[in-house]
Amino acid sequence: MKKTALNAIHRELGGQMIEFAGHELPVQYTSINEEHRTVRAKVGLFDLTHMGEFWYEGPGALAFVNRLVTNDVAAMADGQVIYTPMCYPDGGIVDDLLVYRFGEERILTVVNGACVDKDWDWVTRHAPQGLKVTNRSDETTLIAVQGPLAEEVVRSVTDIPLEPIGFYEFAVGTVAGVKDLLLSRTGYTGEDGFEIYIPNAHAVTVWRALWPKTQELGGRPIGLGARDTLRLEMKYCLYGNDIDKTTNPLEAGLAWTVKLEKDDFIGRDALIKAKEAKPGRRLVCFDMLERGIARQHAKCFSDNVEIGEVTSGTMSPSLGKAIGLAYLASSHRSPGSEFSVDIRGKLRRAVVVKPPFYKDGTRK
Amino acid sequence: MSYPDDRKYTDTHEWVIFDPEEATIGITDYAAHQLGELVYLELPDVGDRIEAGSECGVVESVKAANDVIAPISGEVTEINIAAVEEPKKVNDDPHGSGWLIKIKPDKPEQMRDLNNAAAYEELLGEE
Repeated sequence: MKKTALNAIHRELGGQMIEFAGHELPVQYTSINEEHRTVRAKVGLFDLTHMGEFWYEGPGALAFVNRLVTNDVAAMADGQVIYTPMCYPDGGIVDDLLVYRFGEERILTVVNGACVDKDWDWVTRHAPQGLKVTNRSDETTLIAVQGPLAEEVVRSVTDIPLEPIGFYEFAVGTVAGVKDLLLSRTGYTGEDGFEIYIPNAHAVTVWRALWPKTQELGGRPIGLGARDTLRLEMKYCLYGNDIDKTTNPLEAGLAWTVKLEKDDFIGRDALIKAKEAKPGRRLVCFDMLERGIARQHAKCFSDNVEIGEVTSGTMSPSLGKAIGLAYLASSHRSPGSEFSVDIRGKLRRAVVVKPPFYKDGTRK
Repeated sequence: MSYPDDRKYTDTHEWVIFDPEEATIGITDYAAHQLGELVYLELPDVGDRIEAGSECGVVESVKAANDVIAPISGEVTEINIAAVEEPKKVNDDPHGSGWLIKIKPDKPEQMRDLNNAAAYEELLGEE
């Protein structure tokens, strides 16, 4: 199990440490609910060092990454970030990731911690001769600052002008006295926020610099538990729960990230066929109408016929009710459509609702 | 953590304070801590029968759901509505105001099968 550069700080702050994606990370510090509400109302700091960073440098970098992913890297401007799935030839999802475009010859992809080894194998297997591809996952600390007051916190540690950095854009500059750090206005919470990529040696410096303003504004450190409830309220997919190699982006509701008209990419033929055939199931948001929390793998029924399976479920801290995501037969996907979930042997009523669950996020 | 002597404990981390008219059941400090912050409780209805060794409720944290196993049998006389409304009360005071169920016990001899505080603490030492 790897310890991040911030391990001692998490312990100092009372973090309850668990293993996640091969790293020892805090699941919570004081309370998942309180941490969740703090991000919605104020600001929180996250250690996301488990995420993986792959760099692609030299001629052909853009063309190669564009062949790996379903979204269109060629249509991006330099300085932009996009969210995209990366698919297998059959349209199943290898991983979902962020692509940072520095230029046609310099690209960064940020992948899920649990997928780093698998993704690295996939990427290097397809990389053309001569393209420089580097896995800097073990050298890079990722700190996220998320919440409506995130900009105020980040402003306290950098002279980089933040207002010009739009949602899903980035800049490089000095943060907390550390030169050449990558700073993007991105996140997984639905709130405004930034993510900062830091060589491990400087991670403690940056966290300690962010901390006083965070505290002054009523912010706190946030564990993985609240990260999960925050993302679920926004219907942001979690790889391994809501998407995996057996699901394609169209049925997951990620059609907006699949650019079939761009140059050829891995999975394109399968996704064209899947689009023509129309997905037989869809990932939907649902509210529980009766008591209980529907958990991953709970079966869904309509008139005693199985129509799907829950992929994520929790008690929503913002909304105070049980929510979840499920793949349901497409005929049942419309908002307002009611069905039952088998929760520990008891059938409980649920209803399909429009995404996202939480509609007051401050993300710009 | 020192476990109070006024009650008995199950191997599955419930406690019961015996009273021939109304026994009180809850989960132990250890269980509450292991589960993490609770977000949902499902308890039987008043008037239901619960049976020693069988599931009589569910306590759920953000990540996990766990059965509550009845330590002794009887008829439910009250459930902790305040805890149902705010499950974190169970984490805050699992041996006191975070109790779960009250029953009228009908097999008091079942108390003999449960652990006293010292035996329960020994059990925890092995986990």
